Amino acid sequence: MARRALLPEIIRHAVLIMGAAAMVSPFVVMVAISLKPPGEIFAPQFSLLPQQWHAFENYRDAFTRVPLARFLLNGFLVTFCIFAAQAATALPMAYALAKLRWAGRGAAFALVLLALLVPPQVPAIPLYIALWQLDLLDSYAAIILPSTISVFGIFLMRQFFRTVPDDLIAAARMDGMSEFAITWRIMLPTAYPALAAFACLSFIWNWNEFFWPYIAIQSEHLATPPLGIAFFSNVEAGTNWGPLMAAATVVTAPLALAFLLAQRAFVRGVTMTGLK
Amino acid sequence: MASVSLEGIGKRFGATPVLQGVSLDVADGEFLALLGPSGCGKSTLLRIIAGLEGCNAGTVRLDGQDVTELPAKARNLAMVFQSYALYPHMTVRRNIAAPLELRRLSAWRRPPLPGALLPSARAIRAGIAAEVAQVAESLGLSALLDRRPAQLSGGQRQRVALARAMVRRPAAFLMDEPLSNLDARLRGEAREEIVALQRRLGATVIYVTHDQAEAMAMADRVAVMQAGRLLQVAPPQALYDAPASLEVARFVGSPPMNILPARIGLGGRVEVEGVALPFHGPACPGPRLGVRPEAWALGAEGLPARLSRIERLGAEAILHAALAGSGTVVTVRLAPEQAAGLSPGQALHLTPRAAHLFDEEGLRRPLHATLPQHADHG
Repeated sequence: MARRALLPEIIRHAVLIMGAAAMVSPFVVMVAISLKPPGEIFAPQFSLLPQQWHAFENYRDAFTRVPLARFLLNGFLVTFCIFAAQAATALPMAYALAKLRWAGRGAAFALVLLALLVPPQVPAIPLYIALWQLDLLDSYAAIILPSTISVFGIFLMRQFFRTVPDDLIAAARMDGMSEFAITWRIMLPTAYPALAAFACLSFIWNWNEFFWPYIAIQSEHLATPPLGIAFFSNVEAGTNWGPLMAAATVVTAPLALAFLLAQRAFVRGVTMTGLK
Repeated sequence: MASVSLEGIGKRFGATPVLQGVSLDVADGEFLALLGPSGCGKSTLLRIIAGLEGCNAGTVRLDGQDVTELPAKARNLAMVFQSYALYPHMTVRRNIAAPLELRRLSAWRRPPLPGALLPSARAIRAGIAAEVAQVAESLGLSALLDRRPAQLSGGQRQRVALARAMVRRPAAFLMDEPLSNLDARLRGEAREEIVALQRRLGATVIYVTHDQAEAMAMADRVAVMQAGRLLQVAPPQALYDAPASLEVARFVGSPPMNILPARIGLGGRVEVEGVALPFHGPACPGPRLGVRPEAWALGAEGLPARLSRIERLGAEAILHAALAGSGTVVTVRLAPEQAAGLSPGQALHLTPRAAHLFDEEGLRRPLHATLPQHADHG
């Protein structure tokens, strides 16, 4: 590789580092506060590390004052169910849109694109009324059902499936696979990287989702993590910042982990699509 | 193995006709090459036989049975693709086993867990494993069974694709330019391998290619296609010696046949550029004379031409010579010793020893060599 000029390289990295620092700083503050005793949090002099460690107390309070573990469990359950449903619907749909020829395919894809433009708040009231009529409000189903079909997932997987060679599908048909078998046995394994990316995004969105669970859920034991934190700050009237930030750190940790895992899958995905 | 019979196959993509009334019979155990330039519809025809593509008209028969409406998986045909189309996430072993597993194991026996517990499934799996091992052995793939396609060379992938096609003993093999992704040396080896395999299995093979040398070298019969039509179906030598039309004559043979505007003179004598040649044929509109590069003789008489370039290829020499009258460049194939003394710029006289006559529509007309009159003098 040719040696690039040093100065532009330094400037480029400096800009990137500043951007990264700006992104990370709220999280750093969050973690820092979660380690400090109440007295230090609003001290005029901000320091990253506490003078007196209060981490154990903060995290213990976070788990004991509210059922944080339960919230986390709810969060995992709900995001897992949503992703499973989204994958189960998006993969066959994406396969049909990308590789099968049928009347109305163009219109169906246009509908998918159109649905991407609809903000989630728009159908909130009809969904609420529908769930109320089905008597499903204030249940896991109330959070899961409205998210079972992800048009973004359909779109993403469709774009990826289009890159799968037609010969591969033709070979599978000659070998005797049904269209469903092709979806699950051929398309799915070749699409792992794309699916991993989608899983990561779906997890992050649904884990962080506050608006819809806030509307659909009243019971504390069904609350998802962001909702749980909201309960938390209400209970304590916002006075006890240490445990609140400890809870926020705990809730954010799976997201950071998911991102790091997906990052590795992305790289694997790139090397995998390199094969012909 | 089975015979394949096509009758009046027609196919349109939208308003564009891709295939028009293609009828073709492939005998049991025959190696038939579908030869044509890209876009002539040969791959589409193969996909229609495979059942991967529907047709707008006509009938496909396998062993006399109408399969036109059957889906691909019900036809028991195997296909080898140009890109090999191996399943990238499966090992070679599983790639080869896939068609057998899909046919013999019902869906609920396929997943590994119930599969391992059910004795019946285990017996079927053992049978499959044995057949996979045998096919892999016969193609020299035994050492590669646990690799993935990405870890194989082009030639190895091609053999895996063949193994996957062979393993379920299909009624016929369909091959869509299976060698065009290989380098020249491997292609030669693979050619022999495929032909040997076909002979050994007594397999019916329909082989699509745009490479006429490949078609001629491998096939029992060659079907030449152009613009969605079948031009001629004949054994390689017959195709070369007696092309039915100008298109076939142009397409088969390398360097291609020289095509010269001709005139049928008095008594049916053929003239090119005003020079009478030792052939006579029927009067017809727009006659053209086709001469293979190796059919030219150099001599003291004949068409005057000027040598512009010589390619000395070792086993032969190819001359490019411009005819004196029109400047049309003709190619001449000579043995190297015949071309030894020649140099560019030299004047030549060319006489065809054999030729073909084509009329205005490009159809071949009978042409007879005139009895060599001046031979009597000398």
